[in-house]
Amino acid sequence: MPNDRTTIATLGCVLGGAALLAGLNLVAPAGSAAHVPDFAISLIGKYLCYAILALAVDLVWGYVGILTLGHAAFFALGGYAMGMYLMREIGARGVYANPTLPDFMIFIGWNKLPWYWYGFDHFWFALVMALMVPGVLAWVFGWFAFRSRVSGVYFSIITQALTYALLLAFFRNDMGFGGNNGMTDFKDILSFPLDRESTSVGLMLITAVVLSAAFLLARAITGSRLGKVLVAVRDAEARTRFLGYRPESYKLAVWVVSAVIAGVGGALYVPQVGIINPSEFSPGNSIEAVIWVAVGGRGTLAGAILGAVAVNLGKTWLTNALPEIWLFAFGGLFVLVTLFLPRGIIGLFSVRLPSATADRKSAAAEAAVREVAG
Amino acid sequence: MFGGSTGGRSRPHLIRGLVVAALLALVLALPAAARVGNDPFTDIAATNFDLVAHGVQQLAVSGSPRAAAVISALRDGHLFASRWPRPDAPLYIRTTDGFVDARTGLKVAALAPVNLRLVIVADSVRAAIDTAEAALDLFSKDTAARQSAANALFQSADAGALPLIERALTTEHDAAVRRVLREAQAAALLKSGTGSSSARLAAVRNVAARADLSVRSLLSSLQGQPPAVAAAIGVAIQHIDRRLQLWGLAEDVYYGLSLGAVLLLAATGLAITFGVMGVINMAHGEMVMIGAYTTFVVQQLIVSFAPALDDVGLLLAVPTAFLVAGGLGVVIERTLIRFLYGRPLETLLATWGLSLILQQAVRSIFGPTNQDVSSPAWMSGSVALGGLTLTVNRLWIILFAALVLGALMATLRWGGLGRSIRAVTQNRRMAAVMGIRTPLIDALTFGLGSGIAGMAGVALSQIDNVSPNLGQNYIIDSFLVVVLGGVGNLWGTLFAAMALGVVDKFVEPFEGAVLAKILVLVFLILFIQRRPQGLFPLKGRAAEA
Repeated sequence: MPNDRTTIATLGCVLGGAALLAGLNLVAPAGSAAHVPDFAISLIGKYLCYAILALAVDLVWGYVGILTLGHAAFFALGGYAMGMYLMREIGARGVYANPTLPDFMIFIGWNKLPWYWYGFDHFWFALVMALMVPGVLAWVFGWFAFRSRVSGVYFSIITQALTYALLLAFFRNDMGFGGNNGMTDFKDILSFPLDRESTSVGLMLITAVVLSAAFLLARAITGSRLGKVLVAVRDAEARTRFLGYRPESYKLAVWVVSAVIAGVGGALYVPQVGIINPSEFSPGNSIEAVIWVAVGGRGTLAGAILGAVAVNLGKTWLTNALPEIWLFAFGGLFVLVTLFLPRGIIGLFSVRLPSATADRKSAAAEAAVREVAG
Repeated sequence: MFGGSTGGRSRPHLIRGLVVAALLALVLALPAAARVGNDPFTDIAATNFDLVAHGVQQLAVSGSPRAAAVISALRDGHLFASRWPRPDAPLYIRTTDGFVDARTGLKVAALAPVNLRLVIVADSVRAAIDTAEAALDLFSKDTAARQSAANALFQSADAGALPLIERALTTEHDAAVRRVLREAQAAALLKSGTGSSSARLAAVRNVAARADLSVRSLLSSLQGQPPAVAAAIGVAIQHIDRRLQLWGLAEDVYYGLSLGAVLLLAATGLAITFGVMGVINMAHGEMVMIGAYTTFVVQQLIVSFAPALDDVGLLLAVPTAFLVAGGLGVVIERTLIRFLYGRPLETLLATWGLSLILQQAVRSIFGPTNQDVSSPAWMSGSVALGGLTLTVNRLWIILFAALVLGALMATLRWGGLGRSIRAVTQNRRMAAVMGIRTPLIDALTFGLGSGIAGMAGVALSQIDNVSPNLGQNYIIDSFLVVVLGGVGNLWGTLFAAMALGVVDKFVEPFEGAVLAKILVLVFLILFIQRRPQGLFPLKGRAAEA
């Protein structure tokens, strides 16, 4: 278990960095070299949301060994819940000036708010839904999957099918979520105008705080007795079962927590980027999240945050500077990290984390156990 | 009114009816009177469009040797009449060197254009021309022309064509054409509303044998039939509906199978790399894409260097795509995959990265837009099978998928490489002890799977857009097919692909294509939960590997 120094360092980096950037944006004069421009603030806010998603992925992949290729679905669902609130918040200021119906519904000829949009004019309700919807979906999905012992690659493939199915579903206009275009043109959140820079600074700071909270939660989970069982499930599920634990219950619990964390990330993401559309469900996004974790260092939590921010910084820079190169670089990153950097960037700093080799050994032991059992 | 009668409402009606009838008779008699003794040419020379149309019909039925020339001249605007009314009603056809007499075809002396009037083709006349040309075709020497003429007559179901059909029946010897003519005769008879009940019943039986949509609309348009005939029509419509439903079902199955064949093609290669080797190759779709691009390149090369080979370009592309994609597969296995055996999740990530690189490489070389891959002539068109219309390119794809799967199974079963592959899969160490170079076999197996994906790309280039994203559309489906069929089981893959294709097509009409896809995905998610080993799990030791 990494010591508290890592925790403190991570929290310091996240909170301190966010506060510093916010301060430089608000205090430093616009012309000076120290000034952080507004777009950078919302960019950082976006990265921190990605970091929350990466944290969620690391929790299940790094500690329970569940490779999820559909976590962006939970992220997007949280985002849609927030988007629905922001849509209702527009009210009569839309193009069609209808106080209840969002523009896109009038555009497709609806004249009544569908039942599942009720309540989204309240912020608290949207927030509850941003937690509930991903959580319940994860619970149902996980309950079926883990109970029937779908694991490994099969689980990865069906998570991918899940997010793909949601992608197709949200593309449909008659789902009532804006179809292809999704939701955009948001005006304000809790009466704070979204185009004002203080709002984006505030959102970025909130995201940093939420990220820290999620980090502490994940740390608490992985550091507890529960966390030890999780690692045991990851490294030798059959043996853990033989010892009398029920791996599926542990997996399900962490799976749901992870989905909820991802949903929160999505809910924070939408007001900062100003749009949510079905492409957030595309399977590529989920896989991207996995590679952030792999780059930063799987099973370290801090590495997930580091990876998400680093990879996205690189992505923003490369897609602007050398757009042709980006996919080569990104694809190469997948290949090189899996081949040469299995512990990620954090691994380079050689804090001797558990189970680098133990992982391999116990996998072999697991195989041996299965052979005997089978 | 007239009799001041209190007695009834019937008498004034009767009288009014009589007056109307007399007027009608007069109106009807007028053109008839004008017609008396006129030959069709005189009618055509008239200024009344109804007369012209009537003349055209008469001319077609008359069997005159000039009919075809006159009617086509009329259609093309080369037929002229005298500007001034003349008892002999002359008609002239303008040819490239002067005018000829329409009746005789003989050249006439120079005419002053001021004395000529172009015979105008109004809509009613045009309809008459169409029927007339069909009628003329009835006596053509070409059987296909006669057949289509008879079909056209059936579609128009024009009572005026009855004499013509009867005349055609006396000379027609081809059985198929005779059948259509009889149907046309029956249709015209039914439409005319004349004829005895028994004649109509026979006619209903006659057309009902045809059992397609046009018969159904003909039958349902018939009004005021005697009760026996009406009942027969009702039965015939029901019968046709059942037939159409059956054909519709068969058509859905066919489309489902063709969709399944596409899935099968995309999944067969994966059944090797994932099913046999256990390598999660997320770049599998890109192998398909590279196969499609190979087709494009081969076609371009043929256009530049050997245009004569254009028709067989696609055939040449098949082995080329196999070699290109297979070779690439071998390279990938040697440089990447072999370091990741036994680490499926890492393999998944690395190959996903690889797929991004391959996509971007193709995008950099060929550009992001769709490439135009042409279809050879022998792959276009459609064939009719009963009430089914089968598009030829889909038929070829079904055939190709079957061939690929068959060849693969034969290779695995009887080929030297296949035997080695099976040996390594079953017991790697023992195979090595027996002298099989397992790393080489690994590379070749991966190359085989990739090469098959490349061949699938050749087929998909015919029905899908050839763009760098081509492969991504198939990767999830392919994995689902392999998993559903049971990993390492080619028969299962075949069954799963066909089942998915057919289910997809059957759900589609009710719920739309997208929802059908979603439902299939949800079904698969649930299915994998119930039976993680697929429909046809392997038994025994192989299942534990």
